Amino acid sequence: MGSAKSGTGHWRAQRVSALALIPLALWFLLSLLALRSLDYAVARAWLARPVSVLLASLLIVVLAYHSYLGTKVVVEDYVHAPGAKLLSLIALRFLHVLAGGAGLLAILHIGIGTAAS
Amino acid sequence: MPARGRPLSPHLQVYRWQIGNTLSVLHRFTGLLLSLGLLALVYWLVALAGGAGGYAAALGLFAGPLGLSALCGAAFAFFFHLLNGVRHLLWDVGYGFERRTRHASGWLAAGGAVALTALVGTLVWHRLHS
Repeated sequence: MGSAKSGTGHWRAQRVSALALIPLALWFLLSLLALRSLDYAVARAWLARPVSVLLASLLIVVLAYHSYLGTKVVVEDYVHAPGAKLLSLIALRFLHVLAGGAGLLAILHIGIGTAAS
Repeated sequence: MPARGRPLSPHLQVYRWQIGNTLSVLHRFTGLLLSLGLLALVYWLVALAGGAGGYAAALGLFAGPLGLSALCGAAFAFFFHLLNGVRHLLWDVGYGFERRTRHASGWLAAGGAVALTALVGTLVWHRLHS
């Protein structure tokens, strides 16, 4: 997990995910601002729409990935003790998979759960 | 040669400050803030999936003074990281390296982030108080 072993792949992935996040993040922000309120029923009805499920799922996955890539570089730059560095990188990976997974599951639960009932 | 605490090679104090110095640090700092924002977003989604009671509690947290301040900070972090990120992407494909362009786009990113944060803040404020 050293910084010098897979530089090009990381560099590309960070840029590609950044590019994908521009429309996804703007869509999310503008959609929330366009809602008449953020009350439970309103927010759920909005997120349950197929388009919302698709775009929100993409957003949360790409966002977690981009956040992982960014925080990974910060750890690699500032955490020097080998043990602490490895532990921090593993913790970052776990945390981001957990956050992305939980967010994705919540979105799918709302989308599929609402459609089925 | 004995080590005598001589100055090390990148001695930052000899450089004249430019907008890029601050923006570079700010890009990383806002990125870290947005990673915390990711956790807040996931909390909101999980609460929304969990049911009306928990969601009301989450919304109360976000709408409280602490939550609103955090959201304000997150909005600035988002807009700055977005605008400055576009600057970085343009550099990556070879545009905007000239000194004038670089400085102008830097001030544009910083000013734009403040303006957009104020705009969204005002919109939300009106929504909450109407």
